[in-house]
Amino acid sequence: MTDTPLVIAGKTFTSRFLLGTGKFKNKKDLSDSIIACGSQLVTVALRRIDLERHQENILEHIPSHITLLTNTSGARNAQEAVRIARLAKASGCGNWVKIEVINDSKYLLPDNHETIKATEILAAEGFVVLPYISPDLYTARALVKAGAATVMPLGSFIGSNQGLKTKEFIQVLINEIDLPIIVDAGIGAPSQAAEAMEMGADAVLANTAVATAQNSAVLARAFALAVEAGRMAYLSGLPPQQGIANASSPLTGFLYDDLPAN
Amino acid sequence: MMTFQQIKNILNDKSPKSVEELAYRAAQTTRQYFGRAISLYGPLYLSNFCSSHCTYCGFNSHNKIQRMKLEPEEYRREMQFLHTQGIRNILMLTGESYKHTPVSYLKESALIASEYFQGIALEVCPMETSEYKELFAAGVDGITVYQETYDRARYAQVHLSGYKKDYDFRCATPLRAAQAGMRQVSLGILLGLSDVVNDVYALYQQLSELEKSFPGVEYGVSFPRLRTVKTASLATCDVDDVQFVKIIALTRLLFPRVAISLSTREAPKLRDHLLEIGITRISAGSNTSVGGYTLLEEKAQDPQFDIKDDRSVNQIVQLLKAKNFDPVFTDWRHIENSL
Repeated sequence: MTDTPLVIAGKTFTSRFLLGTGKFKNKKDLSDSIIACGSQLVTVALRRIDLERHQENILEHIPSHITLLTNTSGARNAQEAVRIARLAKASGCGNWVKIEVINDSKYLLPDNHETIKATEILAAEGFVVLPYISPDLYTARALVKAGAATVMPLGSFIGSNQGLKTKEFIQVLINEIDLPIIVDAGIGAPSQAAEAMEMGADAVLANTAVATAQNSAVLARAFALAVEAGRMAYLSGLPPQQGIANASSPLTGFLYDDLPAN
Repeated sequence: MMTFQQIKNILNDKSPKSVEELAYRAAQTTRQYFGRAISLYGPLYLSNFCSSHCTYCGFNSHNKIQRMKLEPEEYRREMQFLHTQGIRNILMLTGESYKHTPVSYLKESALIASEYFQGIALEVCPMETSEYKELFAAGVDGITVYQETYDRARYAQVHLSGYKKDYDFRCATPLRAAQAGMRQVSLGILLGLSDVVNDVYALYQQLSELEKSFPGVEYGVSFPRLRTVKTASLATCDVDDVQFVKIIALTRLLFPRVAISLSTREAPKLRDHLLEIGITRISAGSNTSVGGYTLLEEKAQDPQFDIKDDRSVNQIVQLLKAKNFDPVFTDWRHIENSL
């Protein structure tokens, strides 16, 4: 079975698994995990990049062939997200940016409205913008108009490992939005990543689960395999789940009672 | 939020089993929300002029110590020293004196600090919202203010004069800082000043209200234990290590995303163990004297409090790495602040 690769803003990715780089216990675990999962697109919070200290600079631990996706963690409104993105670009981190606008430090839910505003500005400036949102159809449509390169709906609370609590809403985006849908946040196990891919998501991003696992690199690899398996299942024309046993026709079987048996 | 009685029951149950269970749950929560990242910051004392008379503090206005205020070229040297140590988040502190360290002085020090540091926080006398707005625009991202105790009667007993005497103005300080747009607001109580359960419960209530009113702020808490400097002990309610561990653990469970910092007042052994349980932010290479890093000989220094942990920044980093923690120097990139 052949698959078309994931294409974002004209760039082709053979891996559909994105890795976040926060919360790792050391830089070696991080680089081992990136290599183990084969991710080609890795997110880094600009706030965590220390450009002056080579040993501590997270960028020194990310292989050079990987596309860097700087996120705007810490931005509380569109204006701050725009400033962080521009600063990232000026610091040599490229023009791929994951917009995170979060004005709630308790639940860390993204502010969709401000995210749309930041996307409009940055896309117009030539950034490749991957906005992180609470899954909402109107927001996603506005992001398409604003020039987003993908839409990244959350599966559940960031860092919660709770999986696809927003499954039905993500399915709506998969059905209706013609941009790559990358499920982000809350994906805590490979089975959950596979589930998102089986639904037709184009890619999955995970971070906390991998970073906090006892063996990060092994779990990173497991995630990559699960994403691949989920993608294959989706392409296979996976039969839908049945809510009940379907062996007979309890409601309409009577229609055929008088027909002669073959 | 737990009820007062629930919190009291938890903090007063000192059975090893209950302490371990609470610590275990807190450790799991900390790892889930923060991983093994520990943020490091460096304190920089700009001035010890103080108009308040707080009976437990080494800087209080009645203490005969050498009063100093660093001039720009002096604190620049101190900043350069901290910067070469690797520090990127700075907490600048002063005694409580509008006269000696007015907003204009703090703004200038923030502007110079922004040449060296990515995150700038202040622990200075409480101010008006408009003043915090000015400081925010000058690059200050965080305000730390400790209520010390929520027991009004005790508060009045230990805060005898000066700005700090005004309980209500001080208590509303975190709110004003949040209103002004600050990214980080840190609260704290001085354990041992008054009844611990009452104070911890009141702190939790204030934190919950702030989280609702200003959800975009990153909150932090700290629980310094009362230590004395060149004065007699004032502790009325000694908080032992067991209860201290429970306070840290319970705070983590009730406020999973809140930063909990630990000062150099605590001994290294306890400090190291608390990192596993719930601490996410520590000071490193700290000196609590004005000019203590580069300007004064050690014997000439009058610290605000005695430090129990005098390990260098590099030693702290090596220790964190040996314990599988990731020392985080940069947790913010300085951007232009505007409302």
